[in-house]
Amino acid sequence: MVSKSLAELATGLSNGEFSSVELTRHLLARVEAAQAALNALVSVTGEIALAQAQAADREIAAGRAGPLTGIPVIHKDIFCTDGVRTSCGSRMLDNFVAPYDATVVARLRNAGMVMLGKANMDEFAMGSSNETSFYGPVRNPWDTRRVPGGSSGGSAAAVAARLTPAATATDTGGSIRQPAALCGVTGIKPTYGRVSRYGMIAFASSLDQGGVITVSAEDAAVVLGAMAGFDPRDSTSVDRPVPNYAAALDRPIAGLKIGLLKEFFEKGLEADCERCVRAALDVYRKLGATLKEVSLPNISLSVPAYYVVAPAECSSNLARFDGVRFGYRCQDPRDLTDLYRRSRGEGFGAEVKRRIMTGTFVLSTGYYDAYYLKAQQVRQLIARDFERAFSEVDVIMGPTTPTAAFGLGAKTADPVTMYLNDIYTIGANLAGLPALSIPCGFAGTLPVGLQIIGPHFAEDRLLNAAHAYQRETDWHRRIPPGYE
Amino acid sequence: MKRTEIETIAHLARLELREAEIPSYQESLARILELVGELGRADVAGVTPMAHPLPGLSQRLRADEVTERDDHERYQLNAPRVEAALYLVPKVIE
Repeated sequence: MVSKSLAELATGLSNGEFSSVELTRHLLARVEAAQAALNALVSVTGEIALAQAQAADREIAAGRAGPLTGIPVIHKDIFCTDGVRTSCGSRMLDNFVAPYDATVVARLRNAGMVMLGKANMDEFAMGSSNETSFYGPVRNPWDTRRVPGGSSGGSAAAVAARLTPAATATDTGGSIRQPAALCGVTGIKPTYGRVSRYGMIAFASSLDQGGVITVSAEDAAVVLGAMAGFDPRDSTSVDRPVPNYAAALDRPIAGLKIGLLKEFFEKGLEADCERCVRAALDVYRKLGATLKEVSLPNISLSVPAYYVVAPAECSSNLARFDGVRFGYRCQDPRDLTDLYRRSRGEGFGAEVKRRIMTGTFVLSTGYYDAYYLKAQQVRQLIARDFERAFSEVDVIMGPTTPTAAFGLGAKTADPVTMYLNDIYTIGANLAGLPALSIPCGFAGTLPVGLQIIGPHFAEDRLLNAAHAYQRETDWHRRIPPGYE
Repeated sequence: MKRTEIETIAHLARLELREAEIPSYQESLARILELVGELGRADVAGVTPMAHPLPGLSQRLRADEVTERDDHERYQLNAPRVEAALYLVPKVIE
């Protein structure tokens, strides 16, 4: 059952080969068995899952099943789930039971998906290794001494270990693509505004975007199709029809113009990663695509620009956690200021505090022009670089990460070393572009990701290109030893 | 960064820091400011700052109508302290 695609699972369910309850029980048992080794989930919602699976089985029996009816999913714990703890990986929200569903959660539930639980993540999605979670790090199923990436590390590890066929995720600077690459799975960050942010706990509102992690692009197309679309409750949601992503998968890609990002193949890229990415490009060449070098002259400033914009927005968004209306409150506050200071000081972990302070600093009197304004201008330059590149090519390809999964604790001493791990992914967030990562080989025993970036709202083109590659290769079908 | 600078920032952000935490923030914030200081080399003369990642789109407004129902009892289940539907905080006015 674990090697089946979503379409095969849907067929198995509709043929009566197995029921959604059986599938759900099977995966809940896998979740339980893997928890000690991976720590991929922070909550398991077995009762909800079985009730939803029973309801799905009734729909299937009545002939009302859609492509996702009865298919299990795990939600990143950043998405509010009605009546279920939504912690965002933080002590601050350890006791927070969401009083409503995020739009993403509601849409997937309405599509018939079965929620197995909530995925571990970096605290408030701030991290690239899942080591900032209040609930402890997630471990990479390919090597449990290594990180799964972050911030959607639980989602990526759970899909890689085949605990679920799909997991929701979010990406502010690479938090879907980087863990997908490090865990050997497929992850897509849609265009900014494509998926509703309602009920998705905010980190940096001009960058945050929800998406999905699955085994294959074919699976991602089905789930993304159900998640995406206009939501009046998110003021940044874009009112534009959602194409049929699944229908676009099999378009021939002969003639596809691929841009190779010159700057992504320069210093810092590990030799094994480069070898895998270049081999993937050869596959595209054989499929009739044309390759051409493109340059984004300002991309080297994407990490500095991001580490102004994202902390600035985070310091503002996280001001709501004040120990008054919900979340953690310190013991015996002396006065209101003490209540705020200690609730926040004790409720947030070190990395979140570091980013709040960075954001507070760059927005403070006298520094706004030098940092925030300048970062917004650099952001514009980077967006224009991409626009110029997309006037010449259809998609841009390159590595997702400079290295394969690194060791637990290897990059925690210096935050800047950790930040630089997102050097290839941040550009797409700054420009609001859709991007995905697919497995394209191994550095030793560790998976390597190929990143594909497209123009705004070209998710169909990205999924089409990814699927064309996945029809020729089987990297995405590889399962970590012990999880077959 | 100076210790007093960290204390000022932490106060502005209403974050209580333990004594032992301060040196590590001095060091790491200095590293981060060094990283973001690279922005200084960008030529941005005349460039419009980008506040929204999609070109030509701005914040949508909705009609000024009541769309939410009163669900305060449910929401206040998450509150640390509530009395008579009011959120309790330490005394503010003596």
